[in-house]
Amino acid sequence: MTALEHQLPVLPVLIPLFGALLTGFLSRGTVSWLLALIFSWATAAVSVLLLVTVLRLGEPISYVMGNWGVPWGIEYRVDTLNAFVLVIVTGIGAVLMPYARKSVAFEIASHQQAWFYTMYLICLAGLLGITVSGDAFNVFVFMEVSSLATYVLIALGHNRRALLASFQYLIVGTIGATFYVIGIALLYLVTGSLNLHDIAGLLGDAYNTYPRPVLTALAFLVAGISLKLALFPLHLWLPNAYAYAPSMAAAFLAGTATKVAVYLLIRILFSIFGIAIVFTTLPIADVLLVLSIAAMAIASLAAVFQENAKRMLAYSSVAQIGYITLGIGLHNQSGLTGSIVHLFNHAVTKSALFMCLGAIVYRTANMRLTNLAGIGRKMPLTTAAFVLAGLSIIGVPGTAGFVSKWYLAVGAIERGYWPLVFLIVASSLIAVLYIGRFVEVAYFREPSEACESAYEPPTSMLIPILVLSAATVYFGIDTRATADIAAIAARFLLGGAN
Amino acid sequence: MNTITPLLLHYNYFITIFLMVSGLYIVIARGNMIKKLVGLSLFQSSVYLLYVSPGKILEGTAPIIDDAYSIYSNPLPHVLILTAIVVGVATLALGLALVVRIHEAYGTIEEDEIFDREKGL
Repeated sequence: MTALEHQLPVLPVLIPLFGALLTGFLSRGTVSWLLALIFSWATAAVSVLLLVTVLRLGEPISYVMGNWGVPWGIEYRVDTLNAFVLVIVTGIGAVLMPYARKSVAFEIASHQQAWFYTMYLICLAGLLGITVSGDAFNVFVFMEVSSLATYVLIALGHNRRALLASFQYLIVGTIGATFYVIGIALLYLVTGSLNLHDIAGLLGDAYNTYPRPVLTALAFLVAGISLKLALFPLHLWLPNAYAYAPSMAAAFLAGTATKVAVYLLIRILFSIFGIAIVFTTLPIADVLLVLSIAAMAIASLAAVFQENAKRMLAYSSVAQIGYITLGIGLHNQSGLTGSIVHLFNHAVTKSALFMCLGAIVYRTANMRLTNLAGIGRKMPLTTAAFVLAGLSIIGVPGTAGFVSKWYLAVGAIERGYWPLVFLIVASSLIAVLYIGRFVEVAYFREPSEACESAYEPPTSMLIPILVLSAATVYFGIDTRATADIAAIAARFLLGGAN
Repeated sequence: MNTITPLLLHYNYFITIFLMVSGLYIVIARGNMIKKLVGLSLFQSSVYLLYVSPGKILEGTAPIIDDAYSIYSNPLPHVLILTAIVVGVATLALGLALVVRIHEAYGTIEEDEIFDREKGL
């Protein structure tokens, strides 16, 4: 490894954190936007480099903070899985930043714009910190760093309900993080270590000596992280948070925040506890499967009945998270590959959808479905991009969503759970209803008053939208980059070679 | 007697669990946002105890290396909890700031009254 490669794991956290420090001193929105753009792109470049390096080396890269050796010091440990998640998070951020300038300028008061970008960068640093850190307590700190920034991002929404949504999320998010830290306390008591990799090695013996604390820790960790990732029925904070957050924040959070929590759940279940403890002692697999199915069915149905288009997408997010946890519950090669690849595919798809709505808000200042009648004629490109990404939510062949669902269905068949395949298809049909409802309103009705004077958004917003919605098709056809990496990560998690 | 002694010896854990459960109960049961935050803070503080009290080793001294002592208390939980306290303070401060803004926007901090005004939320 070269000297730069050796330093790579720490850079995705340091770059945005340093950027946040700079934007925090600024008062001009445009300058802080430019800085946030540069730091976002730099972080994305570093993350891609990290993924390429990990894939080339074929083994995890370890970085020890201040040269304090493992297990005493804080270790950043990057393998295929978290390098992939890093690329997802920073990639979404990098595509969103050019879009952000006009959208943020429209939705947020000028004296708050610099703070918005500061909070965005802190949130980015926190999410990436959760992803790279190999120290259980360090993960907690980053979890709170990203969450606190997220609460502020949501509260910056102009509707007063944004404040309520932010407060509710603060309560639930803090309970979730505290559950996580209780779980870590119990693990620390039985193993004497905070290094995740080290705990994984010690846990087998610890479980034989103290089975009950280990299982209690597992229960606290799973419950706490499930609150963070909005596993049904712990999702109640999510619809309001996404619906009333500024468009840019909603697009960013919908693509990244829950994905990082899912990553953490996968890491805890597969890398730390291991399949032997998780899926044989407690019925975690069954619980995850049942809740995932409930999410896919109930949250999808709830999405059909939403009046607010952003809330519709938020409920759809809960349903899509159900697909991801479904693959975790299946815990075989195909199922887990489906989960990991859906982290990517859903991040791209849902961010694209929220960006389209952000562009529509920019021109119409409206989010009620009934007031968006005829928007397809006034903003044809934006609406087409929305429909394209919507097809990926449904899982039409040729789109990214299909690839994930294919792997999940194969995973279900390999387990012998035939009815699951039927349920996956059924919930896709419900998705047809809510996406179809938008299509009907947008294309087949006379333009409403709000849409009468609307036209395509500025180029700086339109291009990122088109890029992301084209990506939902591209990654549906060319799965080499996504599904293959996900398969490598899944094989590694299930105990095979990297 | 034999069943009671181990319980008494671990009284610190019972205090911890009592605080933990009562904090969580307040968060869930109270509609007043300030009271919710107080409960949340209590819940977080109980976790500080959960970390710190096992750090005390019986007959151990402060962890400063000296020839006269061979048993030391574990300093790591204290360090962790210093960090957790900072996190807790930041969360509480942000929560209180949000309550101030909610009061400005709605004129009340009772959840029931706010939900009555925001039907459909």
